[in-house]
Amino acid sequence: MLLIACPHCGNRPETEFRCGGQAHIARPEQPGAIDDQNWSEYLFVRKNPRGVHAERWNHAHGCGRWFNALRDTVSDRFIETYPMGASPKSETTSEARA
Amino acid sequence: MLEVRYRTARTLPLGRVEVRPSGVSIRPADAEARFVLRVRSTEGEVAGLPLDRPINTVSGDDRRWIARLGPDEWLIGVPEGEADLLQTSAASDLAGRAHALVDVSNRNVGIDVEGLRAAELLNAGCPLDLGDAAFPAGKATRTLLGKAEIVLIRRAGAQARYRVECWRSLATYVHGFLQEAGMGIGEG
Ligand SMILES: [Zn+2]
Repeated sequence: MLLIACPHCGNRPETEFRCGGQAHIARPEQPGAIDDQNWSEYLFVRKNPRGVHAERWNHAHGCGRWFNALRDTVSDRFIETYPMGASPKSETTSEARA
Repeated sequence: MLEVRYRTARTLPLGRVEVRPSGVSIRPADAEARFVLRVRSTEGEVAGLPLDRPINTVSGDDRRWIARLGPDEWLIGVPEGEADLLQTSAASDLAGRAHALVDVSNRNVGIDVEGLRAAELLNAGCPLDLGDAAFPAGKATRTLLGKAEIVLIRRAGAQARYRVECWRSLATYVHGFLQEAGMGIGEG
């Protein structure tokens, strides 16, 4: 069974979690000032990397809190988990961070 | 309305029949008052129950208990007769602090699972490591049992005594699941 380290609960079985998609997507500060192309990219376009990916996860059937995780999409290995609003500690490609 | 609420006898969905597969007893608990408390800071107590214990632990005793389910979330259980009292004392203990105290007495149903092979039985549907090292007495957490979300509490003491708390609408499923798991204990 795949264990995921919740920042609050420690290692817990994957089945208790929900993935919330790509992390660190900042809402444009002035939505009115950007064009349709950029707005639609903000809304709909996501990275789909083969490799390290920063994601939001929710410990839905545990503490219920959201956190971030770096996961390798090839091996499904979790490199690290870290609280909302924080940056990952491990070295990642700029691709995964952006 | 308020006066009527706790004086009206509550019909329990599971009856009071105790089932005893070998080495375990599965017993629907009597009606209890339960509250969900949300508050940011962990200082102080609520009605004598501490807030500052680690996440995923339970404090108090079998009658009056408080389980910390997350950084700012607690599940509180008290005897049914103390429901009004708890709300009054929580209001004074938390005066001046933004908080939410929600009565979920009618939502929650408790099932006590006890005995030597209780952990084995629960593991039929619960993915947690319930060994003594990973889940000792005093642990409490939200988790899954089969398809249902439950709160699992391990009572104080050396014996394996667990409380399964689930939502009323899932109670027949959870109870049936435990009974069925009991049939398989000791096989294979
Ligand atoms: Zn958690």
